[in-house]
This record gives sequence, structure tokens and C-alpha cells, in this order.
Amino acid sequence: MIDVFKGIFILSGAIFMLLAALGILRLPDLLTRMHATTKAAALGVILIMLAVALHFAQVGVVARAFAIIVFILMTAPVAAHVLGRAGYFVGSKLWSGTVKDELRPNYDPLTHELKSGMETEANARRQPRETDAP
Amino acid sequence: METVILISQVVMALALILAFVRVVRGPSLPDRVVALELFASIVVGLVGVTAIQTGVPSFLDAAIVIALMGFLAAIGFARFLERGGPRDD
Repeated sequence: MIDVFKGIFILSGAIFMLLAALGILRLPDLLTRMHATTKAAALGVILIMLAVALHFAQVGVVARAFAIIVFILMTAPVAAHVLGRAGYFVGSKLWSGTVKDELRPNYDPLTHELKSGMETEANARRQPRETDAP
Repeated sequence: METVILISQVVMALALILAFVRVVRGPSLPDRVVALELFASIVVGLVGVTAIQTGVPSFLDAAIVIALMGFLAAIGFARFLERGGPRDD
């Protein structure tokens, strides 16, 4: 019984990783590629670590396997967020079929200033602050 | 069980090859960084399968270290890219 579950976990984890690799190869731009890899690869690692925990069934090994799972769950979104942000700042091109880019009209890539889109002419002007360099 | 492990290793090796194609072809640097992060995830999976195959649970420590290195490399590359400003490659 446990062998069956182990086999299912290992195979489905490997197939999810293959799906992530297919996604990164086939999808058209940076953000869609990240959407494929981040989630599918994290799920693949989680499934394989569950199989490892089932296979060994010792306290130390199960604790380490769950430590890996928690680590992946905490770091994968952070890494994806940081990379997507850096990719947008760097100016990576979006797919030609992109429907909406709400940041484009409100964000200035040179000064890193972001507008809310609701400003009047007066309060959009930058006020000098005490922390400004002289 | 051996057959399942062999099949999964073949599938993950195929995934590594596909990710490597993206590393080579990737039109911009962020694409390559994303592909390298996927690399780290797949290698963590391969190490887990190897732990099952050989029956040595110490491989999991190596998997933890590889996952940590992948995360730190992604963060470092993102800082490096962001500092550079807009680029065209």
C-alpha cells in the first residue's frame, strides 16, 4: 500500500517537473515562463519529498523532508516575486498578446517613481524633503 | 519500485535538458536566471529520488543545501539586475 503511494508520488512529482520544463521552453515571455516554473516545480519537489518521508518513515528523515517542503513553500514565492520585479525593472519585453499592463502608464523606469493615477497636477509635483541630498 | 524510480529519473533528466535549452537560448538574463532556479528545483527532486534508491537518508542534507543555494542565487541575481537599471539584451 505504501509502495503504491510512493510510486504515485514519485511519478507525479517527476511529471510536474517535466511540465515546468516544458512551460519554460514553450511559453512566450518572462512572466508566463515564471508562472509555469515556480508553481509546478515547487509541487514536484513537495511530492517527491512526501515520497521520501513515506519511504524512510523515521523521525529524523521525516523532519528533514518536511523542512525541505516548508523551505520550498516559503522561498519559491519570494524568489519569483523578486525575479519578476527585477525583470520588469530591467525592461524585459512582454508577449505581444498581453491584454493589460497597468504599471506601464503610471511607472517611470528611470526615476522609479510610481503614480496612483489619481493625482492632480499640484500634488503630483515632488516636494523637497529633509533627507534629500544637497 | 526500481522501474518507477528509473522512469522518474529519465523524466527528470528530460526536464533538465529542456531547462538547459532555455538557459542557452534565453533571450534575456532574467530568463536564464529563472531557468537556473528551475534547475535547482529539479536537482533537489533528483537528489530525493537518489536517497530513496540508495536508502541513504543523508542525501536530504545535500538537497537542503542545494535548495538554499538556488534561492540565494536567485535573490543575488535579482539584486544585481535591479541595480543595473533598464537594459537591452
